[in-house]
Amino acid sequence: MSDRETIRRVRTLAARIRRDVVAMIGCEGQVGHLGGSCSSADLVAALYGAKMRHDPKNPGWEDRDKFLYSKGHAAIAQYAALAETGYFPVEELKTVKELGSRLQGHPDRTKTPGIEAGTGSLGQGLSIACGLALAMRLDGKNGTVYCMMGDGEMAEGQIWEAAMAAANYKLSNLVGIVDQNKLQAMGPVVERFNTNPLPEKWESFGWHVIRVDGHDAEKILAAYDAADKVTDKPVVIIADTVKGKGISFAENVVSFHNGALSKEQFAQAFEELDTQLAEIGGGKA
Amino acid sequence: MSRSSQRTAYGEALVELGKENPAVVALEADLGKSTMSYMFQEAFPQRYFEMGIAEQNMLSTAAGLAAGGKIPFASTFAVFATGRAYDQIRQTIGIGKLNVNLCGSSCGLSDFGDGSTHQSVEDVALMSAIPGMTVFTPCDAGEVRAAVQAAAKIEGPCYIRVSRNPVEDYTQGEDLQVGKVRVMADGTDVAIFAHGTMVEASMQARKALAAEGISAKVVNVATMKPFDEEGVRREAATVKAVVTAEEHSRIGGLAAATALALRATATSMDYVAIEDEFGQSAHSAEELMVHYGLTPENIAKKAKELLK
Repeated sequence: MSDRETIRRVRTLAARIRRDVVAMIGCEGQVGHLGGSCSSADLVAALYGAKMRHDPKNPGWEDRDKFLYSKGHAAIAQYAALAETGYFPVEELKTVKELGSRLQGHPDRTKTPGIEAGTGSLGQGLSIACGLALAMRLDGKNGTVYCMMGDGEMAEGQIWEAAMAAANYKLSNLVGIVDQNKLQAMGPVVERFNTNPLPEKWESFGWHVIRVDGHDAEKILAAYDAADKVTDKPVVIIADTVKGKGISFAENVVSFHNGALSKEQFAQAFEELDTQLAEIGGGKA
Repeated sequence: MSRSSQRTAYGEALVELGKENPAVVALEADLGKSTMSYMFQEAFPQRYFEMGIAEQNMLSTAAGLAAGGKIPFASTFAVFATGRAYDQIRQTIGIGKLNVNLCGSSCGLSDFGDGSTHQSVEDVALMSAIPGMTVFTPCDAGEVRAAVQAAAKIEGPCYIRVSRNPVEDYTQGEDLQVGKVRVMADGTDVAIFAHGTMVEASMQARKALAAEGISAKVVNVATMKPFDEEGVRREAATVKAVVTAEEHSRIGGLAAATALALRATATSMDYVAIEDEFGQSAHSAEELMVHYGLTPENIAKKAKELLK
């Protein structure tokens, strides 16, 4: 079980990620993937803030764990995590999507420190993660590859090709995470293109399934630890999440999948997140 | 002269490479006995990954292996390698400049019996359009071996186009230079630029033309990308006309690239290529080559018309 300080650190990082995400979207009319970034923020924070072995000063450290954001449209959450943990200055976040910026609209390994491989064309991250996991195994490394996917993304056929491949090769060093926020760009997943039931699907594809509240840092860390104990098959953590989590007016609202913020919304979001940070005791970012 | 199989050369070259470099791994989509990657499996079972009939996953997995420091060679039929998995190649391997090497086997019309679904008339166009991709179009078994060796050393993605059927051994591969055309036989009246199986057809055309008093130069374009524009202009400058020859669509291939290279010259030029159409089944590759005009006779005919 994780100690109180670790849990506090993860919660603080999650709130800071959300704050950075809001700052990156801004209120000048630019759109950004607020919903999916906030739904996955706690899961991402638990990896970068506690679970993963990684070295922000040496992103290529060969014994590191690896993270792939298959739902690459929410890259701003990963950029925030990378900046907050020291891969590059937090200040640089404001350059996101600017011409010539290292921070592209979707993750680009050739530009951004800490990005293992490019994602963005949905459904491909888990396959790339399989390759990373196979390479680690060949090299005798005992690290873990984490791959975050969306529940809408489950419609991509290649996800299930990768699911079969990972089970076939018994990739127990691979952990899939499904950010099940139940909304996709055009509306509820169950109404647009129902990808449920997920646990049964993954189990039948030969994966060990763990279900977790995707906004409870303590439970998330426990789920990641439980995944370590599975040694004969890949593990998928299906996280029950809320799209737009942490920003009251954006929670469960489809338009914030990729939307702009008004000046009032921008200010309110900051106020709410600063309150959350104060409650956690992490201080202002 | 002898004839050798390009695909057998691929399998053998992969095994050689595997002995030299433990980072080399191979992936296959259930066609290892056709592409000959099974030879690598027999030599290095731990470094061979059967990825099943799932080409998209195979290419993205290869991307992950490359990102993890390996030198993957993925193989399947050219049509599936470049078509079925195009997005995977473009998005992660291309944009990511990953060191993934892709063997497009049974290329062009060489899988004669299986018909249009299994014949690649546009694979060179697709792969060439991806920024940073190196595209090998070897003319014989020796050049396939050289391409495999070269691909392993090139930082970034490579595509190697391999024919299914035996071709004449013109080289030992020793002279393959990435991004450089090479004169296979000299001549003064017409230059025939060709790659792959059409180098053999061009050499035969050269012989036929010589019997009629026409001196033809045959230039082998073993890398379609980087395309040696300067070399093409250099070799075209010493003759009166240019003919290109490829077992590929005239769109996005050698004909188009040569025309672009010669854009500021007054060179008269024609092409032998597959028109804007798919292949079809036949009982032999030869039958198809004749049907689509990919013959020494047609190359010679185009050359003579230009020289009239």
